[in-house]
Amino acid sequence: MTAATIDLPLIWAAILAFAVLAYVLLDGFDLGVGILFAVERNRDDRDLMVNSIAPVWDGNETWLVLGGGGLFAVFPLAYSIILPALYPPIIAMLLALVFRGVAFEFRFRATGPGRMWWDVAFFSGSVMAALCQGLVLGGLLQGIHVEGVSYSGGWWDWLTGFTVLCGLAVIVGYALLGSCWLIWRTEGPLHERCRRYARSMAVAVLALIVVVTLWTPMLQGSLAERWFRWPAIAFTAPVPILLVLLAAGFWRSLSARRHVLPLLFAYGIFILCYAGLLISLYPNLVPPAISFRDAAAPHSSLLFLLVGAAITVPLILGYTVYAYSVFKGKMRPGEGYH
Amino acid sequence: MPPSVDALFLARAQFGFTIAFHIIFPAMSIGLASYLAVLEGAWLVTGKPVYLAVFRYWLTIFAVVFGVGVVSGLVMSYEFGTNWAGFAYRAGPIVGPLMGYEVLTAFFLESGFLGVMLFGMKRVGPRLHFLATALVAIGTLMSAFWILAVNSWMQTPQGFTMVDGRFFPADWLSIIFNPSFPYRLVHMVLAAYLSVAFIVGAVGAWHLLRDSSNEPARLMASMALWMACIVAPIQIVAGDQHGVNTLKHQPAKIAALEGDWESKPGQPLILFGMPNMKTETTDYAVEIPHLGALILTHTWNGSIKGLKEFAPADRPFSPLIFWTFRIMVGLGVLMALTGFASLALRARHSLYRARWLHRLMVAMGPSGLIALLCGWTVTEVGRQPYTVYGHLRTVDSVSPIAAPGVATSLAAFGVVYLIVFGAAMVFLLRLMARPPSLATEGPAKDKPHRSAGITPGPAQRQPASASSDNALSQDPRHDSRHD
Ligand code: HDD
Ligand code: HEM
Ligand code: HEM
Repeated sequence: MTAATIDLPLIWAAILAFAVLAYVLLDGFDLGVGILFAVERNRDDRDLMVNSIAPVWDGNETWLVLGGGGLFAVFPLAYSIILPALYPPIIAMLLALVFRGVAFEFRFRATGPGRMWWDVAFFSGSVMAALCQGLVLGGLLQGIHVEGVSYSGGWWDWLTGFTVLCGLAVIVGYALLGSCWLIWRTEGPLHERCRRYARSMAVAVLALIVVVTLWTPMLQGSLAERWFRWPAIAFTAPVPILLVLLAAGFWRSLSARRHVLPLLFAYGIFILCYAGLLISLYPNLVPPAISFRDAAAPHSSLLFLLVGAAITVPLILGYTVYAYSVFKGKMRPGEGYH
Repeated sequence: MPPSVDALFLARAQFGFTIAFHIIFPAMSIGLASYLAVLEGAWLVTGKPVYLAVFRYWLTIFAVVFGVGVVSGLVMSYEFGTNWAGFAYRAGPIVGPLMGYEVLTAFFLESGFLGVMLFGMKRVGPRLHFLATALVAIGTLMSAFWILAVNSWMQTPQGFTMVDGRFFPADWLSIIFNPSFPYRLVHMVLAAYLSVAFIVGAVGAWHLLRDSSNEPARLMASMALWMACIVAPIQIVAGDQHGVNTLKHQPAKIAALEGDWESKPGQPLILFGMPNMKTETTDYAVEIPHLGALILTHTWNGSIKGLKEFAPADRPFSPLIFWTFRIMVGLGVLMALTGFASLALRARHSLYRARWLHRLMVAMGPSGLIALLCGWTVTEVGRQPYTVYGHLRTVDSVSPIAAPGVATSLAAFGVVYLIVFGAAMVFLLRLMARPPSLATEGPAKDKPHRSAGITPGPAQRQPASASSDNALSQDPRHDSRHD
């Protein structure tokens, strides 16, 4: 196969899909830890929670940079339409991440009431970022008005019942991941409480998945057709069955008091939803009209960056695993922060 | 929704504001990461505790700086789409992959090893820890490499073909190694090093003014002054070369920053004056005959193109870059002079006693960052009215977002950044105000690595024994305030 015959846009679509998934799974739990500040008020526990993610959050967020930067690099047309179309939620997400990111450091530096404010910033930044990510997801799924090569919709297109529901689903979903992460990394009373949170969050997540799934095909007629058409049906049909199996596994692992398994099952549920999402989108990148092929950068750009990605992505995965393994095991009070 | 002129102005203001904010922190990260690697290396080689003490002191500061740098950078990488969709669509095929390389080779490297660098000494031991520090430092330099390749390509574009008004890559090597790239890379990295040297020097001097026997403070001041006397002169030469190169590729920028309207043989150097875009003159000019020609063309009677030779629509806004350029150059010269003064004092063994020098160093603390911001203003405003010089105008780069939308987000950015920046300043100054102390217990190099904590900083609620090796808690004044 020569370079000219490789299906570069497809490869890139797969790489970016992977980057976004990695982002959701990794930053998901650390945003989730922030969301859990809503119910975790004790200061020592909060310190422990933040310490458990402090060494890794920056790496997690880098996947978001790869998602955005990658879209810019390989699908510039999509990048230049999606970002203006979803301008308000994206700006709000960035600002929320700014607040949340600095709160990591600042809450340990601040004294007196200042510290409480940075806790509030950490919590609300996490919730806001999750909400906005859901709004962006929903806004993309419901379709974007395009004329020529630019966005031509209105101000508030991104704000609908559907997008708000997606926002809610993402918040609850991240809270689930956050609880599962803490089940793994903590002990004692905090650990027990997280088991309880995980249970209720899981119920809410499953309910929201059902609602979003029923709502999605109603958005665009073409979506229903897409799901139930051959060969997509071969992928869509097993999805509900798998979901039930994963949910059952999740419950068993919680009751059996396993430590890592709940997180892995929760990841399974997320991956499944993500697969469903890709089926709904494929081959579009900006629904309803622009496919990933239309949006792709010229061959030479795709190839140039692919060479780099082929070399660095395995390395990145390697040292990410290493960095996580350096900090594995249960957190102890007082450990961690510099 | 066609963009209005106002929306363009607001988008520019927003971009300029957010990137000016961003650049301060990466510049400090680039300088500090290399400084920390040098300190830790020196400690590993010599075993002298003073290196470790200074290392720990700046590591906490680095953590704060890096955090702000990361989140402000995240904003930047989405702003090309939110504010500059036209640019993103047209130049994305070239700019995007270069920034993609930055993510793949630099950002992941930095963020992957940052955790180990900040929190992992106990867990991985000194040698592996040093490796992590060095990798973070290398990551920051790679970051500078790629982003400056992008920026330089926008200044001096080559290696592309135009297809339907879009830039398509033709030759990647000539895109990356475009004519202004080597100059800009050298100049920027030196700028980052100088900025940090002067900050470190100011902190060292500040504490020497209080206690001139403080050993870590002496080390800081001394290292900073070596940087000043070696790197500042190199920077002046590099800046001069950068300018000569720019004259070749962006003559309008040079004419504007020199305030030259006419092309005449033996161009004078205008020291001060007020360029006036309306009357096409530089008022109240104080000039030195022939010096401009000498600096830029290296001949006595050389001439450079004056601004009048460019159509009014193609002229950058001279008054702004005329002055920012002079501030940058003036500060560069002051830095070199500070360095030379320190050499004389060193020869007389009075480096740590010369209080006037310490006061000067404190005053010069922010000089690097100010020069750096001025330099970027010269570069970017001088590139106007183009985003990709000579090929894509700024008006054609903007997103289809109407003025009220951009105004709202600009206001939101303003508020958020001011809070974040204000808080960062308070925390950084507070961290810099604690006297560095040698008493900070570190593990001996050959002890098992679980024996003691290594990184300084206000750990939260630690058991008393664990916090005894904590730099901050050594200082009684801080004990009560932190926690
Ligand atoms: C500590 C910071 C610092 C210092 C002391 C100087 N510069 Fe600088 N300068 C920068 C930091 C900087 C910078 C921030 O790094 C810039 C912006 C973009 C770039 O390439 O470098 C810059 C740009 C810049 C440009 C614009 C180049 C272009 O856009 O094409 C010129 C001509 C100079 N510098 C020249 C000088 C000279 C003659 C100096 C002599 C003292 C000097 N600089 C000191
Ligand atoms: C190296 C990476 C950089 C890239 C790729 C870049 C790119 C751009 C782009 C696309 C614009 C918008 C179009 C325009 O108005 O020219 C711009 C404007 C601007 N940039 Fe940069 N920039 C970079 C670095 C910086 C830095 C570090 C500063 C620091 C202070 C800076 C300051 C500005 C300012 C002030 C403007 C607005 C100028 C004006 O509109 O007159 N830039 N830059
Ligand atoms: C428009 C231009 C720019 C964009 C889009 C941008 C983007 C980013 C992003 C996304 C990050 C966070 C990376 C992470 O997650 O770890 C970052 C950090 C960083 N950037 Fe920028 N950046 C720009 C300009 C610059 C310039 C001009 C420099 C220096 C020459 C620079 C140097 C760095 C460095 C060293 C970091 C590491 C974090 C830190 O030092 O605080 N960037 N940038």
